[in-house]
Amino acid sequence: MAATVPARAQVLSVYRQFIKNANQFTNYNFREYFLRRTRNTFKQNKTVEDPARLAALFGEARAELKVLKRQSVISQMYTFDKTVVEPLNKRSHG
Amino acid sequence: MLRNSFYRTFQRFSVVSPTRQPVLSNLKGGLPSFRTYASGGAAAAVKKVQPAAEPVKVPDDLALETHTDIQTAAKEQADQRQAATETTPLVSPTPSETTALNHAYQENTGFGTRPIYLDMQATTPTDPRVLDTMLKFFTGLYGNPHSNTHAYGWETNKSIEEARKYVADMINADPKEIIFTSGATESNNMVIKGVSRFYKKTKKHIITTRTEHKCVLEAARSMINEGFEVTFLGVDKHGLVDLKELEAAIRPDTCVVSIMSVNNEIGVVQPIKKIGQICKKHKVYFHTDAAQAYGKIKMDVNDMNIDLMSISSHKIYGPKGIGALYVRRRPRVRLEPLFSGGGQERGLRSGTLAPPMVAGFGEAARLMKKEFDNDQAHIKRLSNKLVKGLLAIDHTSLNGSPDHRYPGCINVSFAYVEGESLLMALRDIALSSGSACTSASLEPSYVLHALGKDDALAHSSIRFGIGRFSTEEEVDYVIKAISERVKFLRELSPLWEMVQEGIDLDSIEWSGH
Ligand SMILES: Cc1ncc(COP(=O)(O)O)c(C=O)c1O
Repeated sequence: MAATVPARAQVLSVYRQFIKNANQFTNYNFREYFLRRTRNTFKQNKTVEDPARLAALFGEARAELKVLKRQSVISQMYTFDKTVVEPLNKRSHG
Repeated sequence: MLRNSFYRTFQRFSVVSPTRQPVLSNLKGGLPSFRTYASGGAAAAVKKVQPAAEPVKVPDDLALETHTDIQTAAKEQADQRQAATETTPLVSPTPSETTALNHAYQENTGFGTRPIYLDMQATTPTDPRVLDTMLKFFTGLYGNPHSNTHAYGWETNKSIEEARKYVADMINADPKEIIFTSGATESNNMVIKGVSRFYKKTKKHIITTRTEHKCVLEAARSMINEGFEVTFLGVDKHGLVDLKELEAAIRPDTCVVSIMSVNNEIGVVQPIKKIGQICKKHKVYFHTDAAQAYGKIKMDVNDMNIDLMSISSHKIYGPKGIGALYVRRRPRVRLEPLFSGGGQERGLRSGTLAPPMVAGFGEAARLMKKEFDNDQAHIKRLSNKLVKGLLAIDHTSLNGSPDHRYPGCINVSFAYVEGESLLMALRDIALSSGSACTSASLEPSYVLHALGKDDALAHSSIRFGIGRFSTEEEVDYVIKAISERVKFLRELSPLWEMVQEGIDLDSIEWSGH
C-alpha cells in the first residue's frame, strides 16, 4: 500500500492534517514539539525526488499521522493545568 | 436497562456521518468512531485527494483534569527538612528566607500555574508515540511473552524481540546482548555485584570513580563487605578521570572498571573510547553507566570496547521502571544473576518481562535513533542560549568541563545565593540542585565536592536539563526569572553587600566556628 508515489496535493493534505492534529494537543510541550517536528520534517524532505524514497516517506507519514490522531485525543482526555508560559485566555485548541 | 442505554449510546457512536464532518459535535459526550477517519484517509491515498479530515475534538465534560499542587508538596518538604535539620544541624536557614520567598514568587496573572519542566536528568516526559505503542498491551495484548504454546504468548514475544532490536541498534549491539531489567539501578547492581561474584575466586578488585551515581557507589561499597577492594578514582576540576591514574590503578586481580559515560549532575562526558582501550589492553571488564548517555551521545559498544552498559528507559522519553543491561557475548562476559527463578533473559534476569514497558522502551529507543539529529540540534541551540543567558549574570560559573559535556545538562553555580532558597523562589520552574536521590537532604552534592568545589559553591548550584520537548519560550522565561530572583536574593544577603563593597570574603575571620 505504501508503494504508491504520492501526488503533491496528497502530501499537502497529510501535512495539513499533521498540523491540525498537533494543534489539538492540550499539553503545551507536546503541541509545540509536533508542530516543530512536522514543519522540519516536511521541509527536510521537500527536495526528495526518488520515487521509491518518496513513497516510503509518505507511507511512514501516514502511519505517524494515525498515531498523532490517537494521541491528540488522549491528550485532550487527560488534561493538566497550563504552564507558566501559556496564556490562560487563549484556547490551546480551536 | 443499563445494557439498553449502553447499546443506544454505542449505536450512536457507530453512525458514520455522511458528510465526513467531525462527528463529535453532533454526538455530545462521546468519541467518534476512528473508523470514519481511518477509512477516509486510506481512500484519499488510493483514489483522489479528499479534503483533510478535521481533527477530533474531545468534549470538555469527557476530559479528566488534574491540577498542579504547588503548595502541599513544598510544605511537606519544608517540614521534612526542618525535621532533618533539627537532628543534624548542618545549615540553618536564615529567618528572612520565608519572607523573601513571598516576594520572589511572582504570580504571573493571565498565565498558567504549572511549572516549566527543566529536570530532564531526573526523568523525561513519556513521548506520546511511546504511549501509543504501550496502550495496546494494556488493552488486548496481555499474553505472557514466555508462554510459547499459544498465540497470546507469541504476539507479545514478537513485540519484545522487536523492542530488543531497537534498543540494541542504538549502540551497535546484537539484540541477543540486551538483557531487560527494571532500570539502570538494577543493571548497575547486576554488574558490580554479579561480575565480581562470578570471578571472586581469582579477582578481588573493583575500580570506579567518585562522581558515579549513588547506586554504583553503594553497590561497590557493599562489595567491600564481601571481601573486595574498591578504588574510587578522583576527578579533575572539570570532572574528568585521569587516564594515567586509571591505568595505574588497574591490578592483576582487577575484575571490572565502572565509569559512567555522562554524569547526571554536571553532564560531563568521560573519554569512554580511551577508557575502553585501556581496559582491553589490561584485560579487565569495562562497564559504563550510560543512563544519561544512551541515545543522547553517539555510543558504539564495539568501537568503544564496552563490555557492559546500563541503560534506563525513562531518561529517553520512555516509561519508568524498565531499563536494560548490555552484556557482551564475544568475548563472553559472565555474571552471577541477582535473581533466581525461571531463567528468563539468558538466565541473567529471571521474572516475567513487562511487555508494555519493554515495547515502550523499544519505541523510545527507536525514536532516539530516528530523531537523533533533530533532537541534538534543538537541544544544542536552546542549551547555548540558556548558558549564555545565565552566565551573563554576575558571579556565576558553569560546573564541569566546558568542552566535554552533553549540552542538555547544564550545572551553574550562583555565588552568594543559597541554592535551596533559589529553588524555593523558583516554584514556577521544576529544577533540581543535583540528583533526585540526594535533593531530599541538605547535603551538598558529592559530585561537585569531587570537582573541588567548596561547600558554599556546591550549595549554590542548580542543574538545568533541556530535552526534546523543551521550547525556546521556556528558556527565555527561565533566563528572565533566574536573573530577577538571583538579584533579589542577593540583595537580601549580607555577603553580597560586602562583595559589592569590595571586601575579600576570604580575608574575614568568622567567629563562632
Ligand atoms: C547516571 C545514572 N545512573 C543510574 C540512574 C538510575 O536509573 P533508574 O532510575 O533507571 O534506576 C540514574 C537516574 O537517576 C542516573 O542518572
